[in-house]
Amino acid sequence: MTRTPNAAVTPTVHPLEDLVRMDRIPHIWCPGCGIGSVFTACLTAIKQTGIPYEHFAMVSGIGCSGRGAGYINIDSFHTTHGRAIPFATGIKMANPKLNVIVFSGDGDLFAIGGNHFIHAARRNMDITVVCVNNLTYGMTGGQVAATTPHKARSSTTTAGNPETPFNLPLLAYAAGATYIARWSMFHARDLADAIAAALRRRGFSFIEALSPCPVNYGRRNRETALDTLRHYQEKAIIKNGAHPAELDISGARGLILGKFLDIEKPTHDEVYKRMYRPEEV
Amino acid sequence: MTSRVHTGEHFINGDTACAEGAIAAGCTFFGGYPITPATEVAEHISVRLPEVGGTFIQMEDEIAAMTSVLGGAWTGAKSMTATSGPGFSLMMETIGLAVVTETPCVVVNVQRAGPSTGLPTQGAQADMMQARWGSHGDYEIIAVAPASPQEMFDLTITAFNLSEAYRTPVFIMADEIVGHMSERVVIPEAAKIRTVSRPKPTGRKDRFRLYRPGPNGVAPMPAIGDGYRIHVTGLTHDEKGYPVMSVETQKEMIERITGKIRNNINDIVMTESYRLSDAEIAVVSYGVSARTSFTAVDEARKRGIRAGMLRLVTVWPFPEKQIRALAQKVKGIITVEINMGQISREVERCAAGRVPTIGVGHHGGAIIPPEDVIDAMGREDMR
Repeated sequence: MTRTPNAAVTPTVHPLEDLVRMDRIPHIWCPGCGIGSVFTACLTAIKQTGIPYEHFAMVSGIGCSGRGAGYINIDSFHTTHGRAIPFATGIKMANPKLNVIVFSGDGDLFAIGGNHFIHAARRNMDITVVCVNNLTYGMTGGQVAATTPHKARSSTTTAGNPETPFNLPLLAYAAGATYIARWSMFHARDLADAIAAALRRRGFSFIEALSPCPVNYGRRNRETALDTLRHYQEKAIIKNGAHPAELDISGARGLILGKFLDIEKPTHDEVYKRMYRPEEV
Repeated sequence: MTSRVHTGEHFINGDTACAEGAIAAGCTFFGGYPITPATEVAEHISVRLPEVGGTFIQMEDEIAAMTSVLGGAWTGAKSMTATSGPGFSLMMETIGLAVVTETPCVVVNVQRAGPSTGLPTQGAQADMMQARWGSHGDYEIIAVAPASPQEMFDLTITAFNLSEAYRTPVFIMADEIVGHMSERVVIPEAAKIRTVSRPKPTGRKDRFRLYRPGPNGVAPMPAIGDGYRIHVTGLTHDEKGYPVMSVETQKEMIERITGKIRNNINDIVMTESYRLSDAEIAVVSYGVSARTSFTAVDEARKRGIRAGMLRLVTVWPFPEKQIRALAQKVKGIITVEINMGQISREVERCAAGRVPTIGVGHHGGAIIPPEDVIDAMGREDMR
């Protein structure tokens, strides 16, 4: 343990403590899990924007990442499985002044909640979606997900995954997202900067954050948490502007990270107001 | 015409009257999804909401519609959706979230015959038990049953008022017949319409507890952005709103959310008595079936049968006290509803064997003819 060189100095408070519900700590995330790092990046980003905290709302679905909303010390909502995005849509449309963040996992956002993701992207709903992608359903013990690589083992695909996973940035791109980035929790600063950029801009922003699940995914696929981090470090190819079609994470090309799209398009609340309540514009 | 209340006499259908009632009640957010025979509610309110500064959004399915309503409600907006059987089924999980997070919202179910796709354009009253028990777990719910386009207007306002006062979802259990029937609807002056808004918290923000109940068991509700830094979860939670996985917390939470309805049942339940003072046979009915039952009671009286009716305006929480009192007074009770026996079971439970109870109903798709009710009055066990 490091010691404060000058004993007269009062102990410092963690710079993110004002954004954490300290009375809910310790959190539920397992040793080696990456969700905490993604969560930290998210808090850092909120702070970095300088926007007052009461202008934000965080919405989560169900699952390990879905617990994010329970630890952040802003108005936060832990909803039903897969439904964080329509909840966020209701918030945004009823009060467009709010900056709405969806923080949830791959199973929640892309299997049970997949339909809501594509429609929110299509509408260019002005929300920021941070997806912690750990390739599995962690909370329920490591079942196959819509993001599990082909042939990877899970508790429900013990001989390997017979299916093909989603390429999430490609899905977001096809559906109409206006900001798309992918980082891993290992690239903590890039990840925080990407989230901050998304929070400052208007439009549907999607950030995929790769994150290890050593307990429920790694264990079955001979991959320790450190192996996964090493993978993020060694296989990462930072390629801003890469076409979303080349972003398959289980491909031989390596792990392509970066900002893939950042375009301007009117948001749904703007267009609705202009067309239906023009007197307010 | 951009006023909130369209005061005057109108000839409109029940669905349109419902949308007007919502606007008059102060609704400013509607998340919808088209479904027969409820679509006209969404169509009409999609035009009316922007006129009063509100927002309409058509979501990608009924799950999303219901969930968006909850999001809207937490910004402080009075929020609503409208659907029919298949959509009502899809909304059930989210309705549980609304119950446990004590989120005020109004859900209109313009019932059609089921199960499944059933008879989309033909009425029924077969979702009454789904309204009570459709979401998983223990809870109480409030449901009203309008019997005319006028009541589609009036009871929509009541539904919003109850939902705001008790911080709970309220169902308007209409049916295709009432929804699609056009009649005279009188909309009063805005000043004569009583509207209720959720209690708002006061006092120090750092000492605020999201579910600390007020005198009537209902906790004040802040909106997002008010600075209370609330956490809202569908997990079992304590007074602060934080998840606590314990038997004790479960008990406290369920007792609070069921208690605020059960302990205020006299304030919530509305019934209407018709020719009951000297009645020997009582008809119990609600919604469109009550309309045909009025005719049956009048016709039976002409034939010398001392019939009367108790109309349930509120169906949930169930008017137990009123049915028990009825069972002390009459010689038999006939429950009339367009289903194979749902509310009739509640009536039987409350009558508790004191008098014979029978149900008159059918499989759905049409009203119950008054003659069927009169025939039932002549049955041996009713004499």
